Amino acid sequence: MPDKYHIETKKAPPRLPKIGKFGVVDWREDCAGCHNCVKKACVYDRYRQEAQYIKNLNEVNTFFFECMGCFSCVQKCTKGLLSLAINPAYEQMGNGYYTPDIILTTWNQAETASDPVSGAGYRGKFTGAGFDAMWTDMSEIVRPTRDGKKGREYISTAVDVGRKLSLLTFEKGEFTSVLPPLVDIPIPLIIDMLPRSYYFPQLIPIFVAVAARTGTMVIIDWKDRELPGAEKEKYLSNIIFYLGKDGALPPGEIMRKIRLVEIGDGDNVEERIKELKSLNPRIVVAVRVALDAHGEQRAIELAHQPAIEVIHVVADINGSQIGVEKPGFIKDIVRDIHTSLVKDGIRDEITIISGGGIALAEHLAKQILCGADLVTVDLPLLIALECRLCQNCRDGFTCPAKIEGIDATYAIGRMTNLIAAWHDQLIEMMGAMGIREVRRLRGETGRALFFEDLEEETFGRLFGTRK
Amino acid sequence: MADSLVQENKPKQILQENTINTLVPQVEVPRVIKTAPPRYRNEIAKYIIRRSSECTLCGKCAQVCPYGVHVLKPGYKNFAAPRQHVCIGPSCQQTGHYCVDLCPQKALKMVENRMLKCPGDYRWTPDMLLATWKMAETGAPPLPEYGYDYHTGASGGGFDRLRFKFPDKPEVELTEDEIDTSIELNHRDDGRPQIKIDVPWYGGGMSFGSVSNITQLSKARAATAFNTFTCTGEGGYMERMRPYDEHVITQVATGLFGVREETIQRVRIVEFKYAQGAKPGLGGHLLADKVTPTVAKMRETVTGISLFSPFPFHSVYSIEDHKKHMDWIKHVNRRALISTKVSTPADVDMVAVGSYSAGTHIVHLDGGYGGTGAAPDIAKKNIAMPIEYAIVKVHRFLEQEGIRDKVTLICSGGLRTSHDIAKAIALGADGVVIGTAELVALGCLRCARCESGRGCPRGIATTDPELSEMVNLDWGTQRIINLYSAWRKELVDILIRFGIRSVREFRGRTDLLTHLDYTNDVEHHQ
Repeated sequence: MPDKYHIETKKAPPRLPKIGKFGVVDWREDCAGCHNCVKKACVYDRYRQEAQYIKNLNEVNTFFFECMGCFSCVQKCTKGLLSLAINPAYEQMGNGYYTPDIILTTWNQAETASDPVSGAGYRGKFTGAGFDAMWTDMSEIVRPTRDGKKGREYISTAVDVGRKLSLLTFEKGEFTSVLPPLVDIPIPLIIDMLPRSYYFPQLIPIFVAVAARTGTMVIIDWKDRELPGAEKEKYLSNIIFYLGKDGALPPGEIMRKIRLVEIGDGDNVEERIKELKSLNPRIVVAVRVALDAHGEQRAIELAHQPAIEVIHVVADINGSQIGVEKPGFIKDIVRDIHTSLVKDGIRDEITIISGGGIALAEHLAKQILCGADLVTVDLPLLIALECRLCQNCRDGFTCPAKIEGIDATYAIGRMTNLIAAWHDQLIEMMGAMGIREVRRLRGETGRALFFEDLEEETFGRLFGTRK
Repeated sequence: MADSLVQENKPKQILQENTINTLVPQVEVPRVIKTAPPRYRNEIAKYIIRRSSECTLCGKCAQVCPYGVHVLKPGYKNFAAPRQHVCIGPSCQQTGHYCVDLCPQKALKMVENRMLKCPGDYRWTPDMLLATWKMAETGAPPLPEYGYDYHTGASGGGFDRLRFKFPDKPEVELTEDEIDTSIELNHRDDGRPQIKIDVPWYGGGMSFGSVSNITQLSKARAATAFNTFTCTGEGGYMERMRPYDEHVITQVATGLFGVREETIQRVRIVEFKYAQGAKPGLGGHLLADKVTPTVAKMRETVTGISLFSPFPFHSVYSIEDHKKHMDWIKHVNRRALISTKVSTPADVDMVAVGSYSAGTHIVHLDGGYGGTGAAPDIAKKNIAMPIEYAIVKVHRFLEQEGIRDKVTLICSGGLRTSHDIAKAIALGADGVVIGTAELVALGCLRCARCESGRGCPRGIATTDPELSEMVNLDWGTQRIINLYSAWRKELVDILIRFGIRSVREFRGRTDLLTHLDYTNDVEHHQ
């Protein structure tokens, strides 16, 4: 049995004050000076920590938002002066898809590398759009795994990327099939290029280091090939060069050392694959397909072409279809592609990578359930560095998270921690489902519960048609 | 207690000798409503009253307010802080005693409390918290003047989109005394005692470890007052619980903490916890900081080490194994009913039927949005289906299999109010289990910090000796009794409005519900 996949992590504290959810608004006027709030009420000792924090401040314009929102000080204040408010800076973080809650949990995971655990039941909406319109199943009594994440048994998250044969051939007892090349990755997650609006060239060597540490791979635009620096050679097996639609091919000495390469979709896809294979027959080639109005159909068409090994479908950063008035969502599109290929009997032959909209570990598991073999991740890794998606960088303003001058050790630590936390959570969900291999999770919709189906099955039969 | 056992169950035939030896005298708790005011100096209120310096201390406001918002204590030269939580807000303008208008100096101002954006969440809205606190204080549903919108939350699905189809006038005019809210828990006719509880709910399993022992005892005492049950959870069995044994369910969970022959023999119901709705497919979690020396001693573990229970029972991998387990408990305690607590996977209906075949008396479904003292966030949100679907699915399947009346279906997992309870029963459950609402009665505001450090800052879900002292046993008991009383009143009111005599007749009456997102044009044949 191979070694158990494990990511070494180390706590990586934030460099900047956390933008917490709550803040205590304090009117000093009329304060009785009883110190109830400071000395007795706050069981977390936040007031003392705040004083210490302010004392150690190196710059102004920073606030302390570590309040846990328990109301103890507010309710115990002798004069009833204290008031609790939601931090406006917290509410402004992110966008409609990357909510403040997602950003905060990503920060915490990047700091601690642990699966977030909290008290009290679920606090959110009953259901929602996109990934929130489904639940994963669990196995009540009969299940093949034991103990899930904390158990002794090994839950494998490894995936093979490449084309697979639908059947093996033998002649006169001799094995005659030619096995196509495969790239194995221990976690179903690849680091993608950051969208152009969040382009930070200085992060590229960091991404490479993270990919090497976690055993995964990173997609780098061929134009940025020099950015990984002098150590690039060492990590070539973790790098996937994106060659665009018709860019020049990498020289032979590089081609021979890399395992996977990605090209843009176009009319000459098959020819380019042939050229690449002529330089290195053991290389796997992925085709990047933008999920625009024709993306889904194009992916299905490509899957039928024998030369195609891997299709990387990419939606926008929020998982929506690109350039469509009423965009579909990545989960549904990939599910359709998967189902179509299953019907055509060729699903197992092709690898599908899905990108866009993967903001949380749960999205990773759900996207695989909906039919992707693995996913690509971009923005969450940037958020791990305390980015809050303010988009200042896009508009040419200073980055409040100071990404430009980032310390590599810190950045590698935070991103590695985030990937480790996601891996833990994936195993947690797979353990609950009773699935021991992520390869078996792919497209296993029998282990998923979809909102529309459940509504139809239960309330539809009782209350008619859903409006 | 001993007498009632003699009359009802002929204990010498049912109880083994060693079972009798484990019983201790039982305590009675009166079912009396008494005001149990909130325990904080500044209670969280929906409206805030501001008094400006124009005030001349004339006392007019204190004189006119029938709720006692303004307090001018004799001997004090200024008003005390207003008791804002009893103020009914702008609806007071319709009355003749609106202090803001009546103040001769116009020194008073009423504003909405913006802090209310902070506590609660989509499932437990601030109004729902305030209303539950009010019920726990007074023992009655909050006055309509308060304007609390508390029968539904803001989650946008499930119970929050279901409504009752109240007729203009019920077919049968009933009075409060004619309504029966009791349910029976043994439908197997297997020679084991019948257990009847006075209200169609009992308290959920919360271990000593996840909550303080005052919290556990308050729950047990309230359950005793209402002739219902509370559950030990997975954390052992405090000696102080023994006087309430008749109303305690011993939980046998996968970690087997506190499970001994003796703790099984003491009680009338034993619950197998296969899974918990908040973390289906995962075992119980008790993080290191909450494993205090007392908790560690009770669980026979090591102080300060996190406890993760396994999943599932390592001796149960089939319904046959489940039956073997159940037979063991049934043998150890000849008078106990067995409850099987499972979560809500896609095949929950099959699990329920399997469990019935193995010999369970109660099938307890715990839906995905259920409460917990600590669970991974990813599990709480994503694993297994919400209880609303599972009730319908299981009720329907049990009916199809012809065994609906041979098993008691109890549901939990995100039931917050008496209306949720009634909806769950109308969807097909016999009764429900509630958990978070009891803690809200004790002052919980869903800050979700139960899991780590010293635990709950409000002294409820904590094992820290100092924090636990924030809740007093008598007060805690009374708050839960009051909440139960208010809920029973509301449930009785629902049944009166439908002209239905017993909560048992309400089971499966989906024809009395509508769903706001549906056309509601299906013919029901009742």
